[in-house]
Amino acid sequence: MARYILRRLLLALPALFGLVILTFVLSRVVPGDPAATLAGDAATPAQLAEIRAQYGLDRPILEQALIHVRQVLTGDFGRSVFSGRPVTEEIAQRLPATLELTFAALLLATLLGVPLGLLAAVNHNGPIDHLVRLLSVGGLAIASFWLAIMLQLVFSMDLDVLPLRGRVDVATGLPPRVTGLVLVDSLVAGRFDIFADACRHLLLPAVTLSLPGLATIARFTRSGVLETLQKDFVLYARAAGYGRVRLAAIYVLRNAVTMVVTQIGLLFGALISGAVAVEAIFDWPGLGTYAVQAILSSDYKALLAVTLVVGVVYAVVNVTVDVAQALIDPRVAEDAR
Amino acid sequence: MSPPVLQVEGLAVRMRTEGGVAEILDDVSLTVPRGGTVGVVGESGCGKSTLLRAILGILPKGGETPRGAILFEGRDILSDRAASARGRIGFVPQDPYLSLNPVFRAGDQILEIMRRHAPGSRADRKRRIVELFRAVQLPDPEAALRKYPHQFSGGQRQRLLIAAALACDPALLVADEPTTALDVTTQREILALLRRLVAERGLSLLFVTHDFGVLASVCAEVTVLYAGRVAERGPTRAVLDAPRHPYTRLLLACHPDRATDLLGIPGTVPAATAQPGGCRFHPRCPIIHSGCPVEPPPLVALPGGRAVACPWHEDAIPEALRA
Repeated sequence: MARYILRRLLLALPALFGLVILTFVLSRVVPGDPAATLAGDAATPAQLAEIRAQYGLDRPILEQALIHVRQVLTGDFGRSVFSGRPVTEEIAQRLPATLELTFAALLLATLLGVPLGLLAAVNHNGPIDHLVRLLSVGGLAIASFWLAIMLQLVFSMDLDVLPLRGRVDVATGLPPRVTGLVLVDSLVAGRFDIFADACRHLLLPAVTLSLPGLATIARFTRSGVLETLQKDFVLYARAAGYGRVRLAAIYVLRNAVTMVVTQIGLLFGALISGAVAVEAIFDWPGLGTYAVQAILSSDYKALLAVTLVVGVVYAVVNVTVDVAQALIDPRVAEDAR
Repeated sequence: MSPPVLQVEGLAVRMRTEGGVAEILDDVSLTVPRGGTVGVVGESGCGKSTLLRAILGILPKGGETPRGAILFEGRDILSDRAASARGRIGFVPQDPYLSLNPVFRAGDQILEIMRRHAPGSRADRKRRIVELFRAVQLPDPEAALRKYPHQFSGGQRQRLLIAAALACDPALLVADEPTTALDVTTQREILALLRRLVAERGLSLLFVTHDFGVLASVCAEVTVLYAGRVAERGPTRAVLDAPRHPYTRLLLACHPDRATDLLGIPGTVPAATAQPGGCRFHPRCPIIHSGCPVEPPPLVALPGGRAVACPWHEDAIPEALRA
């Protein structure tokens, strides 16, 4: 198993290196001159040249690429052409917010999606099954920005039970920073009031973001369970006297879930991109809003860094998924040899 | 004399399918005496598997309520689900490759079976499984508990499944062609193991097969099924030596070990949705009479504990068909 994990990690490296190169190339191919943006509309050619020199934009492209790779490896993404602050610092501040949001959404999607899919499958073609199928089609069809606004209207404006936006109440303030994850930091600081407040703030954006994932997970669980129920070993288990509930909830589900786990890995990409819209609507101070701002201001350094960080997170999630799969199904690790 | 372990009486199973109502079993009766070994033979589609599923309480959904009775140790397990004999009936399935869940350890799968039907603590049960692994001659029984199914060979998996069938100390062992998926040498070993276990533990055995050779080596008595009805039954030796029902006679003539010339039976087993009226074998029967009954012929008792469902069982099969 340890060897399998190591292999997966090593396989992720070339992908990440490719990402470093690709992002650099893309940043030079896309239209929009960062120096021009930075210098403003009234800049003289001399000022432009000065800015280019300052940011190394006048050097040969290969040299720029090498500098880029070196900077990435040392975790130094340079200064934002927009704010002038180190990009690494800005990202470190915003990444935890996005991670908190996406993982909360993923958790919700899994904790609700798997049981719903299972319930639908064991009530195949029954009323629960129809309801879950309707829900999963709806979950994929509903645009998240629309759902976000509806949720805000109902729960924040009409009922006034949940906060409209942000991560915590301004009055409460953030807990002392340890991990940057407010839920964790508030517990570390023993500030349960902040924890509760952060949960309340997290609920609507997480629900919004989780819905497509929930729909996907429910669908895959349902079809996985239905497929597994057809297997000979299920018939055998029934004949041998397994309890009905344990048969479905433990014996069958574990087989079905291997497919679902793969989906969770893929879903994570969709969650990160979905977070851009959700963060914007709920005023969530995460990477999504940062990326939008970077795009609008041609802040290529920030964009490169965001892309890379998301790439790394995605790679980590996928290695985790591979390992989870090997833990669920022992044949996976052995086949990979 | 103690009552039989298993008594199937007038069992009829009908399924609603897209092609209409399928009569899968009709008026099937069968007795497994305590300590007895009974084989059920017939071609594919004759209702063997459905009979097993009825006994094991796992008939597929969508069927009409089955008629008749299945008495296990005197209680009707067909109508009274609470009287379910799970655990008291050990089941050895046909395909050892497909019958074990690939993602659970062998020991855990057997523990799950014992969960509801065996006494003792988890440690007791584990000890019992190791004993059983030893009894079925699985190599390294302690380590086998923690192995996954794909780490065993086909023959080892069948041994494992036999151990699983014995886990809850059953009175009756039900085996569904347990050697079909195995190669010939392994088949022999598994059959020898089954024979030994049945003898040593005083088990009763119901053994389903389409192979007369296997049947003869394991079962003292045989019931021949054709198209969901009992064609003939009796002591295995007697039935094999002198089959009386025209179907059994032709079936035995088909067996490569016994036939001088390999014959087929003309026609095919009728679809369960289109069972012929009267005797179900009549469209394929070489000795069909104008005097054949319009109703399905009843089983007629013969000397020597035999019975046959054909009024012309003493007639010879025309030579023309033997050529």
